[in-house]
Amino acid sequence: MSPFTRLARSLGTARWLSPLLLLAVLEAGSRSGLIPERTLAAPSQVLATLWAMTASGELTDNLAVSFLRIIAGLAIGVTTGIVLALVAGLSRQGEVAVDPLMQIKRTIPTLALTPLFIVWFGIGETPKIALIAFASIFPVYLNLYGGIRGIDVRLLEGARSLGLSRAAQVWHVILPGALPALLVGLRYSLSVSVLVLVVAEQINATAGLGYLINNARDFMRTDIILVCLMVYAVLGLAADGLVRAVESRALVWRPSIVSQ
Amino acid sequence: MNLLREPAPRKDPAVDARLNHFTSPAAPAVTSEPVVSLRDFTRRFGDNTIISGLNLQIAAGEFVILLGRSGSGKTTLLRTLAGLDPVEGQDVTIPGSRAVVFQDARLLPWKKVWRNVALGLKRGNARQLAEEALQEVGLGHRLEAWPLTLSGGEAQRVALARALVREPQLLLLDEPFAALDALTRLRMHELVLSLWRRHRPAVLMVTHDVDEAIALADRIVLLDGGKIVAQERITAARGPERATVAAPLRKRLLDALGGVVEERPAGEIVALHAGARP
Repeated sequence: MSPFTRLARSLGTARWLSPLLLLAVLEAGSRSGLIPERTLAAPSQVLATLWAMTASGELTDNLAVSFLRIIAGLAIGVTTGIVLALVAGLSRQGEVAVDPLMQIKRTIPTLALTPLFIVWFGIGETPKIALIAFASIFPVYLNLYGGIRGIDVRLLEGARSLGLSRAAQVWHVILPGALPALLVGLRYSLSVSVLVLVVAEQINATAGLGYLINNARDFMRTDIILVCLMVYAVLGLAADGLVRAVESRALVWRPSIVSQ
Repeated sequence: MNLLREPAPRKDPAVDARLNHFTSPAAPAVTSEPVVSLRDFTRRFGDNTIISGLNLQIAAGEFVILLGRSGSGKTTLLRTLAGLDPVEGQDVTIPGSRAVVFQDARLLPWKKVWRNVALGLKRGNARQLAEEALQEVGLGHRLEAWPLTLSGGEAQRVALARALVREPQLLLLDEPFAALDALTRLRMHELVLSLWRRHRPAVLMVTHDVDEAIALADRIVLLDGGKIVAQERITAARGPERATVAAPLRKRLLDALGGVVEERPAGEIVALHAGARP
């Protein structure tokens, strides 16, 4: 096999090649004037802006503001979702009381509540955090509830036959058994929270990623818009990686992970 | 050799009651208060009667095997003795300390082996007790293993350790070796017998394997259609001595099993109960 065919073969299976080619085409288009800057900034320009915004602290400060909004919203939403799922999952009365409400809530697109939340909470931090919290309840609730209900009854029966109390059954069997489902729900909640953040920050924000994007739009700074989009993507990736890391620690007993 | 057997009359409830009565007071092994006592026990699911008018007593330290075909009510009876099903005011006495080993080991996959064994133990030395129990079943080296990495035989040994660590008065075994290969099954028989001799719980084991029943039991209770249709007490010592009584006993048991339901294809019993053994 000649070096040339070997190179061609390894390039043929390289997944990074096509994104890189796209960037090269964009760069060439910008340099030659085919793509005007007000339509799309050149990749090199975006990188330079990223560097400048990071160095000046503009990006990091605004990112920190957005990050705190997500953390606060998620903390409230995920906790609420877990509590509701436990209530609905562990008792029949709880299911009757909670589940219909949650199913109704599911049919309302969270973002459609934005006007109502502005009327209730004004235009400060509260409606932003409330929107994120509200949106992140459901994925956690649905998955954990399903996980609890999907527990292998034979395991529960085994624990019961050993004389474990109901509380001990919940602690030793139901909760660990529902943990994988909870982590799936958490992953959904994280990505939903970033999505809602984007919209929530359009509400009269004076700081945060959404504020940066809005400002950049007014000045037609496509490079800043692209930098912010990149940061959103990185946020999503980081959230996913976080849950994966938790999973590989918490679910170490699973055969797919055990066998590795 | 002392084999007690009632001719099993099938459709006469009066004779059936006499048969049941016959076992406990007359049985030589019953000296103390029985640990298990069921009188005229009936269990229904809707219109479906699973067990009707059953009388059973098990003495302390007695090894009883419940033999029957699928759907004969064996597992329902075992679940009642395990306290898993409500008894609804019927005359049922079961000891407070019980443990069950199911056909599937039912270990919690998210707990290491020793934690599975120690599950629900309130005493402070739970870890030490679990270790000792696992050493007894020959798994002292797998304390920290995850249950899903165990073989079927190992998982059942962990389940045995988990049951015995509680020092139960009544040990219930629900077809515990049915899913194991023949060689592992024979080893498990030895293990169960040695554990039983050491700890002396009363044992009720459910199986549909006639040979397994003959190899292990003090008494074999034959269940069909929710009724006890025959009982056999075996006093011959386990091992070679028992082999001499095995053949006629086996034939009687198979006949009793086969004769209970009319119009049964002749080959079925062999397929169900006379599985080839090494």
